Amino acid sequence: MTTVLIAIAALLGLAALFGALLGYASEKFKVEGDPIVEQIDALLPQTQCGQCGHPGCRPYAEAIAEGEEHNLCPPGGETTVEALSELLGREVLPLDNEGAEDASVERVAYIREDECIGCTKCIQACPVDAIVGAAKQMHTVIADECTGCDLCVEPCPVDCIDMIERPVTLATWTWDRPAGIGRRPEQRIEVVNL
Amino acid sequence: MKGVHPAEHKAVSNQTPIAPGPRPSQLVLPLNMHLGAPARPIVAVGDRVLKGQMLAEPAGAVSAALHAPTSGTVVALGPRPIQHPSGMDALCIVLEPDGEDQWAPRQPVADHTRLGPGKLVAMLRDAGVAGLGGAGFPTSVKVNLGDHQRVEQLIINAVECEPYITADDRLMRERAGEIVTGIQILQYLLNPHDTLIGIEDNKPEAIAALRAACADSDIEIRVVPTKYPSGGEKQLIQLLTGKEVPSGSIPAQCGVVCQNVGTAWAVKRAVRDGEPLLSRITTVTGDAVARPGNYEVWLGTPVADLLRHAGVDRGRLGRLVMGGPMMGFTLHDPSVPLVKTSNCVIAASTEELPEPPPEQACIRCGACAEVCPANLLPQQLYWYAKTDDFERAQHHNLMDCIECGACAYVCPSHIPLVQYYRYAKGEIRTQTAEQIKADRARERFEARQARLEQEQAEKEARRRARLEANRKKQEAPADSNPGAGDEKLAALKKEVGQASSAYKAAVKAAKTAEAQETDNAAELRARADSLKAEADRAKAALRDAKAGAPAAPAPTPPPIPDASSAPADPAAGAPAVDTEGAAKRQKRLKALKTAYNIAHKQYKEAHAALERAERGGQESDEAITAMHTKVEKLKGKANHSRDALDALMEQAKADILARTGKDLKTLKLDAARAESALRDKADELARRRDTSDADTLETLNSELDALQEHAQLTRLALKTAVEEQGLVEE
Repeated sequence: MTTVLIAIAALLGLAALFGALLGYASEKFKVEGDPIVEQIDALLPQTQCGQCGHPGCRPYAEAIAEGEEHNLCPPGGETTVEALSELLGREVLPLDNEGAEDASVERVAYIREDECIGCTKCIQACPVDAIVGAAKQMHTVIADECTGCDLCVEPCPVDCIDMIERPVTLATWTWDRPAGIGRRPEQRIEVVNL
Repeated sequence: MKGVHPAEHKAVSNQTPIAPGPRPSQLVLPLNMHLGAPARPIVAVGDRVLKGQMLAEPAGAVSAALHAPTSGTVVALGPRPIQHPSGMDALCIVLEPDGEDQWAPRQPVADHTRLGPGKLVAMLRDAGVAGLGGAGFPTSVKVNLGDHQRVEQLIINAVECEPYITADDRLMRERAGEIVTGIQILQYLLNPHDTLIGIEDNKPEAIAALRAACADSDIEIRVVPTKYPSGGEKQLIQLLTGKEVPSGSIPAQCGVVCQNVGTAWAVKRAVRDGEPLLSRITTVTGDAVARPGNYEVWLGTPVADLLRHAGVDRGRLGRLVMGGPMMGFTLHDPSVPLVKTSNCVIAASTEELPEPPPEQACIRCGACAEVCPANLLPQQLYWYAKTDDFERAQHHNLMDCIECGACAYVCPSHIPLVQYYRYAKGEIRTQTAEQIKADRARERFEARQARLEQEQAEKEARRRARLEANRKKQEAPADSNPGAGDEKLAALKKEVGQASSAYKAAVKAAKTAEAQETDNAAELRARADSLKAEADRAKAALRDAKAGAPAAPAPTPPPIPDASSAPADPAAGAPAVDTEGAAKRQKRLKALKTAYNIAHKQYKEAHAALERAERGGQESDEAITAMHTKVEKLKGKANHSRDALDALMEQAKADILARTGKDLKTLKLDAARAESALRDKADELARRRDTSDADTLETLNSELDALQEHAQLTRLALKTAVEEQGLVEE
């Protein structure tokens, strides 16, 4: 009889021990947030432009995780749709950009500073705090931080914000892809005015 | 090591000694001749500079200085086409030589060991010495490794494996002594275990010259078989030491430092002769030039000048290549300048370097993999680059490709493999940059979200606190006067309602009677009048009750503070003003004002009622006397509160006087005067902006600034004074 009791006591003790251990581990190593949202968010271009109908890339990532279409991101383009399809195991959908401008050209907001009246409306609209300025002071865009999302253009009461193309510099220039089979390599220009 | 054996064509240019280069009418000096950050210009357009004078200083850790190759005048500082395959412009300093070639003072160092490594490195940095082999990496960075890094081998790269180029070959034949001195300086800086010179066996004269120069030194000459590209840094290291530099690391991490033989020469010139890097040996070769050979050219010499100097035949010129035929690039524009890394210019005829044949399909022959010196799989890389599968290309170590062109050289399908790799590398770099930017945008977006949320929460908390405070305030009087007043008020209201409706009915009846001219019309009219008086009395009673009810239990201090209570204010006499006192006084002022307003209103109403009663003449004398007393009482009350208010104000003003030495009026006047002076000055400035000269405007501007400051100060003084005394409401 005592043997049985000892056995039961031992098992109960072990059960309590492991239960406590598991309980502790589940608290200690708790996974914060939804990892799939993080992964989707990592694939989105972080333009924060809201063209998908969500106030930023992360909210859209959350929406995708909950089943929304993954082809609503014009700045990401086809490549983002493909990457998302691969991640989520969904069908590759055609990009839904509703005649938006060509996303392959990188743009940056430019404030015509003479015309700026210092209303701070664009500063409030910028999702990444890339516009500096104060009330009744001229504003300007931190070009390196601008994501080219267009959100500052609409609120400007004097229409002094242009979206201009980011020029190619020596630092960003890259070689073109060769023309392909049957063609001669390009990027050679005849020698002139020697 | 794997590689290829392209036709050498070296004999075209290595038969004649190094000749002086052209003396062009303009030198174009790009600020980024070297690898790393572009130099920062320190001269302005119009400056006259001497030979060897620094034109641009190094900007950042990895950067090199830029000097005037000859004396002359800086004529421009702007974008010019430079030595870049993109054909794009970059910022250049344009120098017009004056033909005098006048040196700036030089400081040669005869014994570099007495200078110490730190000063020597700084000297190389200021002399603008950069790798002359091809990449142009600043030498001062490469030789400044720090104490923890032990250099086992210093390798001097004299291989010069690319066809056509003979600049290093001629340099070694003619200036072996200078090169060895340069190597000794590098040895002193790096303190290597062994020093090796790697040289190909197709340069016997150069080998002999170096052997003679190194006779009594510890420098070892290692002759390697001729094979392209054994002059690649990692390839040469493997060839001479057997060490393979791991992917993604630099030779220094394996204890090896590699320097070009030309760089060693430049180091000697910089230290021993005090001459910064002003010129280099450049090979001019190809069928289209009459006098191929090596020329010592000033940096910044336009390619066109050099070609004319070498006797170019424009009719025969088919293709102009900067660098060697394997790794060089076709020049877009012959006005581009020669820079620190320009070792060769090939002016080839069409037969010599024909148009490459069209690309054909890959037949998977594997010839490229057999020659790749980096042991990559060129074919796989080609497929990945072609299908934009950059991730796989990276897994196959695309980034280790040295772009030597051996694979493209052997490809039977004439696939421009290197261009595919360059394209893929560029795309990968762009993607990486975009990823970094996206991460930063995400961080900023999230930081902004967090900030907005916090602001919202704070606003909400403030709103709640306000609501709470209001609720408490409303509860307090209700508690202290539990319903009694309300009941009385309700009764009074009822009375008023009854009285006024009775009066209205009486008036109506009287009017009807008058219209019908009945006898009792006068009687009715009198009745109506008496009813009216009654209604008025009821109304006055209600008003009293209403005014009295909130006045009695109101949280405001007693509405009739006597003169003794006001000066007794704790903050009054104290010279040090505490904000608590100011807040208290502000509250008191507000309370007094409310009390005065109420009292004044009551007085007015009572007075109006009295006048009406007197006009009507219906009231008994007794009632009128009572009303008189009441009016007097109310008047006294109103006056009293006004006096208390005035006393408090006076006291506040006195305090301001005590604290600032000026009374409130003066302060206000000061502020107003400063403002108007400021406005006047601004107007004057605006008026004279177009007519006056710069100096006057400058003075006006500074005056304006001073006035602005003054106005600000007075404004501030007024504000503080007012705030300190709690007069904000005023």
